[in-house]
Amino acid sequence: MSTDVRNPYYDGYVGVAQIRSFQIRPTKYVSAIYIPIAPQHVGRAASVGALLLPLIAAACAGAPAIFGTHGLAADRIALLGWVCTIISCVVLGIITILVVVALVRRRPARASSADDRIEHSGHAIRWIVIGGIIVPGVTLVVTFLVTLVIQAEVANPPQRPVATIEVTGHRWWWEVKYLGVGPSGSVVTANEIHVPVGQPVRFELVSADVIHSFWVPQLAGKTDVIPGLRNTMWMQADQPGVYWGECAEYCGLQHTHMNFVVVAESPAAFQSWMAQQRQPAARPIDAADADGLDVFRRSGCGTCHAIQGTQAQGRIGPDLTHVASRSRIGAGTLPNTPGNLAGWIANAQALKPGSGMPTMTLSARDLRTLLAYLETLK
Amino acid sequence: MAATALLDRLPVDRADARSPGRWGMVLLITTEASFFAYLLFSYFYLASMARGAWPPTGVPALQLALPNTVILIVSSGTMWWGEVGIRNGNQGRLRLGLLVTLVLGLTFLTIQGVEYSRKTFTPASSAYGSLFFTITGFHGAHVFAGLLMNVVIQVRAWLGHFTARRHLAVSNIALYWHFVDVVWIVVFASLYLTPRLG
Amino acid sequence: MAITTAPTASTDRLTTIWETSPGLYGILASVDHKTIGKRYLVTAFVFFLLGGLEAAVMRWQLTRPDTHLLAPEVYNQLFTMHGVTMIFLFASPILSGFSNYLWPLMIGARDMAFPRVNALSYWTFLMSGIFLYSSVVIGQAPDGGWFAYVPMTEQAYSPGLNMDFYALGMIFLAISTTIGAINFVVTFFKLRAPGMSVNRVPIILWGTLSASIMIVFAAPALTASCILLYFDRRFGMHFFDAANGGHPLLWQHLFWMFGHPWVYIVVLPAIGLASDMIPTFARRPLAGYTFVALSTITTAILGFGVWVHHMFATGLPQLATTFFSAASMMITIPSGVAILAWIATLWYGRPVLKTPLLFMAGFIVLFVIGGLNGVMTAPVPFDWQLTDSYFIVAHIHYVLVGINVFPVFGAFYYWLPKMTGHMLSERLGRWVFALMFVGGNLAFFPMHIAGMLGMPRRIYTYQAGLGWDTVNLITTVGAYVFAVGVGLFLVDFFRSLRHGPLAGNNPWDGSTLEWSVSSPPPSYNFAVLPTVRSRYPLWEDRLGEAPRGGGAAVPVLDDGRETFGTSALDSDPEEVLRMPDDSLWPVLVSLALLILFYGLLLSLWWMAIVGVTGVMVLMVGWFWPSRIPTRETALSPREP
Repeated sequence: MSTDVRNPYYDGYVGVAQIRSFQIRPTKYVSAIYIPIAPQHVGRAASVGALLLPLIAAACAGAPAIFGTHGLAADRIALLGWVCTIISCVVLGIITILVVVALVRRRPARASSADDRIEHSGHAIRWIVIGGIIVPGVTLVVTFLVTLVIQAEVANPPQRPVATIEVTGHRWWWEVKYLGVGPSGSVVTANEIHVPVGQPVRFELVSADVIHSFWVPQLAGKTDVIPGLRNTMWMQADQPGVYWGECAEYCGLQHTHMNFVVVAESPAAFQSWMAQQRQPAARPIDAADADGLDVFRRSGCGTCHAIQGTQAQGRIGPDLTHVASRSRIGAGTLPNTPGNLAGWIANAQALKPGSGMPTMTLSARDLRTLLAYLETLK
Repeated sequence: MAATALLDRLPVDRADARSPGRWGMVLLITTEASFFAYLLFSYFYLASMARGAWPPTGVPALQLALPNTVILIVSSGTMWWGEVGIRNGNQGRLRLGLLVTLVLGLTFLTIQGVEYSRKTFTPASSAYGSLFFTITGFHGAHVFAGLLMNVVIQVRAWLGHFTARRHLAVSNIALYWHFVDVVWIVVFASLYLTPRLG
Repeated sequence: MAITTAPTASTDRLTTIWETSPGLYGILASVDHKTIGKRYLVTAFVFFLLGGLEAAVMRWQLTRPDTHLLAPEVYNQLFTMHGVTMIFLFASPILSGFSNYLWPLMIGARDMAFPRVNALSYWTFLMSGIFLYSSVVIGQAPDGGWFAYVPMTEQAYSPGLNMDFYALGMIFLAISTTIGAINFVVTFFKLRAPGMSVNRVPIILWGTLSASIMIVFAAPALTASCILLYFDRRFGMHFFDAANGGHPLLWQHLFWMFGHPWVYIVVLPAIGLASDMIPTFARRPLAGYTFVALSTITTAILGFGVWVHHMFATGLPQLATTFFSAASMMITIPSGVAILAWIATLWYGRPVLKTPLLFMAGFIVLFVIGGLNGVMTAPVPFDWQLTDSYFIVAHIHYVLVGINVFPVFGAFYYWLPKMTGHMLSERLGRWVFALMFVGGNLAFFPMHIAGMLGMPRRIYTYQAGLGWDTVNLITTVGAYVFAVGVGLFLVDFFRSLRHGPLAGNNPWDGSTLEWSVSSPPPSYNFAVLPTVRSRYPLWEDRLGEAPRGGGAAVPVLDDGRETFGTSALDSDPEEVLRMPDDSLWPVLVSLALLILFYGLLLSLWWMAIVGVTGVMVLMVGWFWPSRIPTRETALSPREP
């Protein structure tokens, strides 16, 4: 892989019409940081910020940053975040100045160098009461009130959610199920969540094994996914885009590679995506594809994977009915290219050690026909 | 000389309720009590989170537990009786008190064993089973530890180690025994009585 | 205070009484608090170096994206052991080391209240450390993170011995911590020199006392949770098993009921160290002594009311989270009081910029950062963004490095001369400080940014193009700069042992009692136990304060190992306490515990029974009176 800064979940991606048109949203990071800590307002804090700016600017390109938000809840939280960050920078600045000045400020000279008197000098208690109790107390009360307002704002979506999506955390991938859709009552996919722009969607989070945490930094805060509980959250994307999602709670060996993407698209595009996902898998149209399905069957892939419309109904791994329409494989590990998919099938254990996907020993011909078939599953 | 005067005034190793040994025992009991508090927190937490009836195996019977509770409370009394004895220099009363306490404590553990053997569930059958056996089991282990201390103090009592003024070890294990007793009352109330409230 | 010198005959006699026996027996049987304190310091520092090594390897892996030098299972063991080592085997024991060494010297006593318990506490700490690190030797180190969330750490998802080492090791270590804490509490209330009423003790005593009381209440939560985990894993119980009536959040509640107080347990004594060092270099008594002492206690109490802020993202009811959010903000006030007290002390004093003061200045700044980035996670919605991201990694490092490591290194420069008799180098010390301060900030500040850029914690590599490359590169550079600083300190330390100038009794012109004795102090600490008449015994003349109340002349206690037992608050002499001789019981008991825990680890029940029986038999031996109390009159010859 090349090392230049590119969008990782867009990078190298070919062959899926629905997603090709998306551009990764530029973050609002750089513009956002200038406004709140303008130098004339916060003095030293701004100079700290200014020192960090190039760092942040260079670093944030393509980052799923909590201040580079594109969703309603994350926007409000980012506002709270700025309040906290600015107050912290100001306090840090003041204290640092006080410490430095206290160490180096000039003292009146003593009459003789032999004078080693030690005195209870100064108005120390006044410092403690004002600077240590009153000022922080007032600041904290104000922060707490802002917190309450914002917490109330993000507690519930502004309108009824237009879709309910059950997300199941597995070690180490995400199963995504749109509830109340289609004849079977649901549409199942994995590691890629499509949502309509400008409309809230509701998530119900369950775990198949251990604790995970569901996090799309640019759209909302995280919610833990806990066995035995059904936590709920909502999110609303306000701009079309592809947003990086992560498991944030350490969940074992491949916690690192338990990512997903949220694809926010216009309601019309979302509807057409949904209509397509509701369809069973594409029927093999020629003998080669039928061969591929046969390889799939013979190799036992159906034990773990489901392809709707075929006999493969495994529920252990991701549903592959529309696997070719997805942008990444291995829960964000690799872009979904035919080459990567072939590598994944042949040797997933090298790419994501410990993942549930076993190493499949297939002949070159079988692998080719299987790949060709999988590529038809759009 | 003033210095000698101070020394004349001060006892060596006073060994009473204000001495470091006593403080140590009180703090040990505090930390042990906290341990049981966390175990009982676990019990009530899982009870509050339970779907369906709690306890899932039915409310535990009192036939054995109630008399057993009485036995342990009585044993606290006999321990106290013996300790008051040595406070007045009565060696015989101390020995008798310790002996009766030992017998009562052993009876408690035996009855507890019988109750265990009659349970229809095991520690591994459900979270309730895990809680029941872990909490009562740890209490039982503390009773056992108290009995071991009792045996050691008993031997020392028969060797005549204690006098009306010097018997801190007796007071300390007596305090420990009362603690074990109080813990049982709380455990009994939590595991046997609170399920009857709802 | 009255520093009374004793006749040589008397000091010779005291030396004979108090000197630890020579040879191997003396090494194993020593109960001298100074020896134990130094052992704590050395052992904890070795663990600090091990934890640092683990960090260095991890940072190598994270320097660039898509690096696969370390297999994920290795990385996961590394970060878990790094956390466990730094939090449990370094941060707390290093402070126990200082407190053990300094307390009796500061309060004018000859040892801790229970010298043998003190030895047991050390040996048990050492054995539990060995137990935990033996997992590394067999390649099955704990890999569930230092807070080991279930059910990932249950048998079903973690079948190896890894988490058994963790659960049992934590229980083992908690024994050491708890008995050590009890010892500190009793020493505080019973062994202070005549006249050292509670408002005259150095602040480190308040810090360690508060931490010790917290341990008494909090450590059982860790013990309980780890016992339940072990029972789940080994005996198929269901405490945390949602399918059978258990609940994964039970672990989180129990763990954080312990875990949050623990944060204060590893910082309060360090704050105490700072509060005692700053006045020496500010040449002014601590501003607001009472405020600082009370802030320590307030923190200890409030510290029990904030544990849920580790669980804001678990889907708890809003009202509950709001309460804990408010509590988490409130707990910053006592810290604010202490910080302003230090600044006022420096402001109105005449600071002398020696190495320890540099560390203190750095500590105040890092403390503020570690407090602010902590309180930033108190607002619930913002915590939903920050928790489990690298921002939290930044926070915990500012807390532990800023509020623990910096005071500790300052304390090394300040008190090592007392322990070794040799000064460390001022010139190297400034370099050590500069490297650690610059390196630390370079390493840990960008972690805030990484978290804000959406980087989750505990990932063993990251993909290029997520915007996390630069911050990670800087962090790695900073970590290595920091490591160079630590290395330079080691050079300075070993150099000082041979070439450091002699320290003399009081190289810094300090005000507290430990500076009234030679460096290193004699085995009996004080020939004549001091009588205290103010908060700053060695500054009394210069403070121009009339001594409050006269002290009685005090005898030389040289009829065996003896020290004064005094009343809890006023420190009036109440009794002469007999202190135990050298003893093998502590090391034997901790060996029996080691056997017990290996038996439990390997399910070798006979071995566990041998261990338990060993502990019981040894305890009987321990408590069997060596001086049979029937000789009552001989024991208290001076009683009326």
